Amino acid sequence: MATHHSRSAARLMMAPAVVLLLGWMLVPLTMTLYFSFKKYLPLRGGDLGWVGFDNYVRFVSSSAFWPSVLTTLTIVGGVLVITVVFGVLLAILLNQPMWGQGFVRILVIAPFFVMPTVSALVWKNMFMDPNYGLLAHLWEFFGAQPVEWLSQASLQSIVMIVSWQWLPFATLILLTAIQSLDSEQLEAAEMDGAPALMRFAFITLPHLGRAIAVVLLIQTIFLLSIFAEIFVTTGGAFGTKTLTYLIFQRVLESQNVGLGSAGGVYAIILANIVAIFLMRIVGKNLDK
Amino acid sequence: MGQIKLSKVSKRFGDVEVIPPLDLTIADGEFTVFVGPSGCGKSTLLRLIAGLEDITSGSIQIDGTDTTDVPPAKRGLAMVFQSYALYPHMSVRKNIAFPMRMAGVPAQEQDRRIAAAAEALNLTDYLDRRPGQLSGGQRQRVAIGRAIVREPQAFLFDEPLSNLDAALRVGMRMEISELHKKLQTTMIYVTHDQVEAMTMADKIVVLRAGVIEQVGSPLDLYHTPCNEFVAGFIGSPKMNLIKGAEAQKHGVATIGIRPEHVEVSSTAGLWHGTVGVAEHLGSDTFLHIHGVAGCDPMTVRVDGELPVKHGDEIYLTPQNDKLHKFDGQGLRVD
Repeated sequence: MATHHSRSAARLMMAPAVVLLLGWMLVPLTMTLYFSFKKYLPLRGGDLGWVGFDNYVRFVSSSAFWPSVLTTLTIVGGVLVITVVFGVLLAILLNQPMWGQGFVRILVIAPFFVMPTVSALVWKNMFMDPNYGLLAHLWEFFGAQPVEWLSQASLQSIVMIVSWQWLPFATLILLTAIQSLDSEQLEAAEMDGAPALMRFAFITLPHLGRAIAVVLLIQTIFLLSIFAEIFVTTGGAFGTKTLTYLIFQRVLESQNVGLGSAGGVYAIILANIVAIFLMRIVGKNLDK
Repeated sequence: MGQIKLSKVSKRFGDVEVIPPLDLTIADGEFTVFVGPSGCGKSTLLRLIAGLEDITSGSIQIDGTDTTDVPPAKRGLAMVFQSYALYPHMSVRKNIAFPMRMAGVPAQEQDRRIAAAAEALNLTDYLDRRPGQLSGGQRQRVAIGRAIVREPQAFLFDEPLSNLDAALRVGMRMEISELHKKLQTTMIYVTHDQVEAMTMADKIVVLRAGVIEQVGSPLDLYHTPCNEFVAGFIGSPKMNLIKGAEAQKHGVATIGIRPEHVEVSSTAGLWHGTVGVAEHLGSDTFLHIHGVAGCDPMTVRVDGELPVKHGDEIYLTPQNDKLHKFDGQGLRVD
């Protein structure tokens, strides 16, 4: 019933949301682009005029750039693999009928409600502290030398913290997908002679394809910009400096807004490259 | 070979006994239909035979081998599900190939069997499509194809036609019957539709609340139902069951007469009533007659040409040799 009248009314009513969304996105984007072509040092003379592509060249030629890109991709990739693999396993587990199912499901989802800063602090102080952390006690109990997680295995530690936060999200989406699987299909496969692992590979996993694609895409968007977990744990030291963190350092620690803005533009490009790759790999699942 | 023998098989879900111990033998090559109202345990019984549910007590033998604890895949049975249960992400060819792939059948043999099954089921042009691109009837045939290629000891059908429209259902009924004539394999078919049971079966098993009420050929059940339940369940429209004074005259609690065994007259007869709804099917007309003592309304089948309408006075006379008599427990009296 989309008459001409109702269509224009609909446009009018959507306008505030669209304007707000565009403003939210376009203003920072334009400002980032604007500053990226300027030499702008707030504490050392302010706006020092246009410099062309100087900032872009300097940002890329910095020795910290490529390692930061690699770190970003490692963290994103690591977290995606861990959350999807364990998410599928947990979803299958939670889909089994068991006593206290509702309560267990709430427990599993709980980490998602903890703020990134808080969860990173909890991990850092309660679990990973080499002197009084729980893991240190565990190691000592077995007579081993406690691991200094955040300095010896810094990248793995951060992947672990972030995976812990995002696992509930993946589990939740995959669980709903598993619940929509027709049980007769599994029974048919069982009659057809497929053992449990084959049934998982040929029936369950293809059924989850679309949900996995959604999990990968949504998580990638958020994981490319993780910041709090790094800020409160390693502060970018021990090889955990992601692109986001490098930009933060350029803008706030070096007080070089122009250089940081150029980094921001690179971050946009990186995000798009990753997104295109992901869409190519998993996006075709979404069409089915 | 596919003789299936159930001995003292029972099934409980928690405290509920859905199938009390029952015995049943299905001969090799026989087309057996389990029929009964919803929730009578007929699908559960099929799933027990398939091995998809564990039996609580008793034993199941297939071809003389005890298969009670044999997993479903090793029983040599193929099942066609109500929802067809096709694998949506696989093409028709891969769907049909799946059981052979799991069994490790060589590729050439797979291709040969797929081609034969597709030929038999008119699926040759659709082999590379996905199930989502097929109509209901085609999906049904793919499900049957997937069962055929396994060359099973017996086929199990779980209400396979209930998702099809009426015209298609009649067509598929014929196709399944023809398939049975051609393959001569044991088939067990579950349905709640007594027409499907009557038209397809060599042997009908009527179930109620998990208990076998009667086993016999379609005409056996039609002519000599062993109790009121079977009498009312087999035959369409349902048998008229008359209680009270009329039954007393025959010395029993209930008498039954099928709608097709009542003679109609406008002038004289044993019973008298008023025509209510008249269902004109063309060839026949079903009259629902009100005012007959002990059975209201009584259904009567008359010739489609007979000029009757709502409100007409009418006289009825049952054919005495077609009368069924049942005692106070509902059991047949001869």
